[in-house]
Amino acid sequence: MKTLEKQIRTTLAGGNKAFVPYMMAGDGGLGTLKEKLLFLQEAGVTAIEVGIPFSDPVADGEAIQQAGARALEAGVTLRKVLAELRQCKGEVAVPLLIMTYLNPVLAYGIPEFVEACGQAGIKGLIIPDVPLEESGPLREALKGTDIAWVPLVTLTSPDRRIANIAASAEGFLYAVTVNGITGKRNEFDSSLFSHLERVKEMSPVPVLAGFGISTRAQVEEMGNHTDGVIVGSAIVEAFERNELDGIRNLVQGEVGELKIINSSY
Amino acid sequence: MAVELSKGRYGKFGGQYVPETLMTALHELEEAYREAKADPAFEEELDYYLRDFVGRENPLYFAERLTEKVGGAKIFLKREDLNHTGAHKINNSLGQALLAMRMGKKKIVAETGAGQHGVATATACALFGLECIVFMGKEDIRRQELNVFRMELLGAKVVSVDKGSGTLKDAVNEALRYWVAHVEDTHYIIGSALGPHPFPEIVRDFQRVIGVETRRQIVGKEGRLPDAVVACIGGGSNAIGMFHPFVEDEGVALYGVEAAGSGISTGFHAAAIADGKEGVLHGAYMYVLQDEDGFIQEAHSISAGLDYPAVGPEHSHLHHIGRVTYTSVTDAGALEGLQLLSKTEGIIPALESAHAVQYAVELAKTMEKEQIIVVCLSGRGDKDMQTVRDVLGGGAE
Repeated sequence: MKTLEKQIRTTLAGGNKAFVPYMMAGDGGLGTLKEKLLFLQEAGVTAIEVGIPFSDPVADGEAIQQAGARALEAGVTLRKVLAELRQCKGEVAVPLLIMTYLNPVLAYGIPEFVEACGQAGIKGLIIPDVPLEESGPLREALKGTDIAWVPLVTLTSPDRRIANIAASAEGFLYAVTVNGITGKRNEFDSSLFSHLERVKEMSPVPVLAGFGISTRAQVEEMGNHTDGVIVGSAIVEAFERNELDGIRNLVQGEVGELKIINSSY
Repeated sequence: MAVELSKGRYGKFGGQYVPETLMTALHELEEAYREAKADPAFEEELDYYLRDFVGRENPLYFAERLTEKVGGAKIFLKREDLNHTGAHKINNSLGQALLAMRMGKKKIVAETGAGQHGVATATACALFGLECIVFMGKEDIRRQELNVFRMELLGAKVVSVDKGSGTLKDAVNEALRYWVAHVEDTHYIIGSALGPHPFPEIVRDFQRVIGVETRRQIVGKEGRLPDAVVACIGGGSNAIGMFHPFVEDEGVALYGVEAAGSGISTGFHAAAIADGKEGVLHGAYMYVLQDEDGFIQEAHSISAGLDYPAVGPEHSHLHHIGRVTYTSVTDAGALEGLQLLSKTEGIIPALESAHAVQYAVELAKTMEKEQIIVVCLSGRGDKDMQTVRDVLGGGAE
């Protein structure tokens, strides 16, 4: 079992749910990456998704597109992010995942990229434009490493497909909660919870829900039907506005009400 | 665990690099397309509309004065510009609209560059009573204002995309995002031989009519196949439709003409084969203009329809195996070709097609008089008059 899955299982064993925030690397300059990671670690998150900016982020909504555009403007690249993360390794103990589109990885070279991830201590990889059918070369390259392949299932995935994708998952299975791109939502489809529970039954690894989750109430509601949540756009926006208390509240609930946190750091 | 093999490959190119949300829709599309292909009623229906609505078959025209002026090989023009809506795009839009209806989808999303695919799709939607939304880059809306009005007149909703360079690539991004969010009741009519499998195959098959007719027509007129076939390449739909029926004919040289913009060496161009690297964009592995970090670069061409930073996967493969020669013509060259054809033949080509015309003119000079070149005249130039006038100046004295 790879470290990422162990970490989530430890969280669950403690009676807590996993909370995995997404942040855009280099939004606000690459120099702010480490302090943001340390802040999230301090807030008690289970793992952190480090997003890599891309010129054509087709799976992302406005908030992450704009954060990506700001990071690109600041000259942030996959190569630079991995080099920076390598420097943070000593202090950042919480498992990190890289979330990137495929083309920067191809430009880097798959073996070189996996090597650099290993050196930076990366524990998981999410590539939204690589579905099961195209995942072979990457999964092959991750074999024998401690980097987990985290695939996505969606509301449109038929059961047989969900089972196949879940069987390919390491670390956790990313269950997308909406038909659409990333970004905050006020409402979710009424059949979502039964879908999430079905996914959980089929998955040998923990299931985390993501896309559209932006309030503490949603965090808790989703947590009731899964092993935890991924929160992206709301975190990205809060960092942009420097609303750190808002992030703490998302992760921990109101102060003193430490329901979902993982406090193993 | 059994991993299903990656589908829709042309050699190593192609594939399905899309978010999981779209995978089921792609599988349904593939299945619907297989069924439609095997159903004679589908072919009959498509043939009916191509004949009575589009006006096919269109002529293969011997450009005699142009040939004389150039003084080399005989130049024939496949007149896709005479189709209803003025370009080859309608062949694909009609086919895919019929396919969408077979799948029970009543809403259509499309992207457009020059606006020709948007107009063709809006037209097909009007014809069949389908809802239509078209994403178009802000810069292209500026360049092709009248096509926006045409689409709106046909009942489509046109959405301006101001992200990135505000051109075709960004319009495809936005159309993909829209499709992900509306996939259950909406079909995406992609306009070129691009995107995830099965789109490149479907678009090629619906455009193959260009090459199939050309083959029959040239044999009828000249009693033999041409020595060379020339077509312009943005994503590559008119070219793949024209080339495909000739790919097995070794004696027929095939030339794809990319947009060299201000010149390949300036970096301001759209020539993904000349200057791109293998990579993934919009769902397919193909040649893509990108920097060393894998970020997609903006394309530049005077013609909005060629302003795309990649070439479709089948073209990528045909280049890789050396079956098609990919070359390029600059903005200035295209303007020359446009003026030459206008003055010698009374045909004003689209700026896209003018790239092919110009290359054919250069090629003809190197060939013997009894040799034959066919050029795919993919569209007419009416839509480009503003752009051309801005560059050339002019106006009545």
